[in-house]
Amino acid sequence: MPPLRVEMTNSIDTELIQKDFPILSTQVNGQRLVYLDSAASSQKPIQVLEAMDKYYSTTHANVHRGVYAIAENATNLYERARVVVGRFIGAPNPAREIVFTKNATEAVNLVAYSWGRANLTNSDVVLLTEMEHHANIVPWQILAQQLGFEIRFIPIDRSGYLNLSEIDSLLSGVKLVGVTASSNVLGTITEISDLIGRAHSVGALVIVDGAQFVPHLPANVQEIGCDFFVATGHKMLGPTGIGFLWGRETLLDAMPAFLGGGEMICDVRKDGFTPNDLPYKFEAGTPPIAEAIGLMEAVAYLEKLGMANIRAHEIELVGYALDRLKSEFGKSIEIFGPSNPQDRGGVVSFSFKNLHPHDISQILDSEGVCIRAGHHCAKPLMRVLDVSATARASLYIYNDYADVEALVTGLYKADKFFGI
Amino acid sequence: MPGLEDLYREIILDHYSNPRNRGELEVPPAVRSEGFNPLCGDETVVYLLLKDGMIDDIAIGGRGCSISSSSASMMSALVKGKSVEQVRDFTKIFKLMLSVHEGTLGGDHSHPISENATQNIGPARELGQDLGDSPDPSARLLTDDELASLGDLAALQGVVKFPVRIKCALLPWNTLTQSLVEALGTG
Repeated sequence: MPPLRVEMTNSIDTELIQKDFPILSTQVNGQRLVYLDSAASSQKPIQVLEAMDKYYSTTHANVHRGVYAIAENATNLYERARVVVGRFIGAPNPAREIVFTKNATEAVNLVAYSWGRANLTNSDVVLLTEMEHHANIVPWQILAQQLGFEIRFIPIDRSGYLNLSEIDSLLSGVKLVGVTASSNVLGTITEISDLIGRAHSVGALVIVDGAQFVPHLPANVQEIGCDFFVATGHKMLGPTGIGFLWGRETLLDAMPAFLGGGEMICDVRKDGFTPNDLPYKFEAGTPPIAEAIGLMEAVAYLEKLGMANIRAHEIELVGYALDRLKSEFGKSIEIFGPSNPQDRGGVVSFSFKNLHPHDISQILDSEGVCIRAGHHCAKPLMRVLDVSATARASLYIYNDYADVEALVTGLYKADKFFGI
Repeated sequence: MPGLEDLYREIILDHYSNPRNRGELEVPPAVRSEGFNPLCGDETVVYLLLKDGMIDDIAIGGRGCSISSSSASMMSALVKGKSVEQVRDFTKIFKLMLSVHEGTLGGDHSHPISENATQNIGPARELGQDLGDSPDPSARLLTDDELASLGDLAALQGVVKFPVRIKCALLPWNTLTQSLVEALGTG
């Protein structure tokens, strides 16, 4: 094994960052916890945990209702979180364009049920890609069953990039394009700006799944040029139970309400209701207040580190992981997705010998190394890759070379254990 | 904590490396059933040929981990040549084996997660027994005869210490049950 490169050249100080994440000092199976599953859900820094705790201990009341101090404070914090999150992704008018949801999945469903039901008919086409997460496939399939429109898929090439060679014919008749900004399996950072330009030229709208993008790269919805953008809090250091939708204000304004109930109405009569203004029209019921405050703190943490620095760290670390896995295991390991770390997010999916990902993950667990094994909620992609499952290690701000080495050591153990 | 050797017994690794009855049967006369584990995407295909209430032939296709593959391999070896009634009994006994709570097996079998996390958080501290950790009321240890009747499959007993893998071990059996329904329904 080559000597460990201790120093990284980018400005992210992983040793310092690790101290902010209490879970990283726990032990699993008597081993140091090596968390390589941030693409499934990131860990949370103490700043996020304390912000939520402080909110519950000092400020909690329902928002947009009470005429008393703590209720007003809670409302202010919740609305500030909206603006902070919106600015983080470059929303031109965050106070009206950011809708809090429970996750990215719900945000896609919101667009499908509200915009989709009002705008799609059986003569339309929705264009997705082969590398979409189920969250950006199934809502459209459910709607297609009801409305009878066609769903097409942009294929991927052998290197894990979108194959746009037939895009003009694929776009014929398309009213909506759904595309991930970064694949949760291949790691591919997709060339969405080009695709969005072409989609707009045929009058189609574009929804971008940013769940694997926002935690890792600087994101700006105006530069991306999309019409809807979704992401989730728990993959970007925030708590579970909160995600968000950004949509162009004119589009959101014209869309009918999705979930009905309190908060989303302006008036309710026996013969009907008048919906509330944006963004409340889409936030029925008591929202995830503490979660929004936690997410605001997570954004502050990411901004303090700087998204460009985070990106530099991940390119370096992913590059290191690709090199190490290839140099140690050569042809015994197949790594999916682009070989250039510049074109990838933080995920490294692979097949190792003939070992099943479940078995690999089980052996790694005995070493304290957490990876994901399975179809990663992307079964159509698994079929394209002709595998039933892959093993996936995903890297984030608190991971370092030692974590990659722990993965390599664990893979040697798995190989030896199964001896196939 | 349970060791890897509790899960991956030698006999399991043998069936994984050298799966028995791997392949396909002609459909018809055989029936073909598919089972999926939505958790991991594993797929087991069972080809079943019945003759006079007996399993005349069985073949296994699909792809899966060592646990589901070895369970399928051992299952196929066990049920071949047996009656439908016997197969139903084996299925019951096998499922019973995997429904037994790890705690009733004796020894130091506490699961690593429940050891340092779940049982220390909130109500789980007191209510752990009622929060999904509790044994199935109908669960009991197998009798020696029952365990012996399963042959090699008894090696999968250790799977109960790794709860997420129980579904892997059950996948071939649930697919077999489905194929029996299909075979008897059409035959």
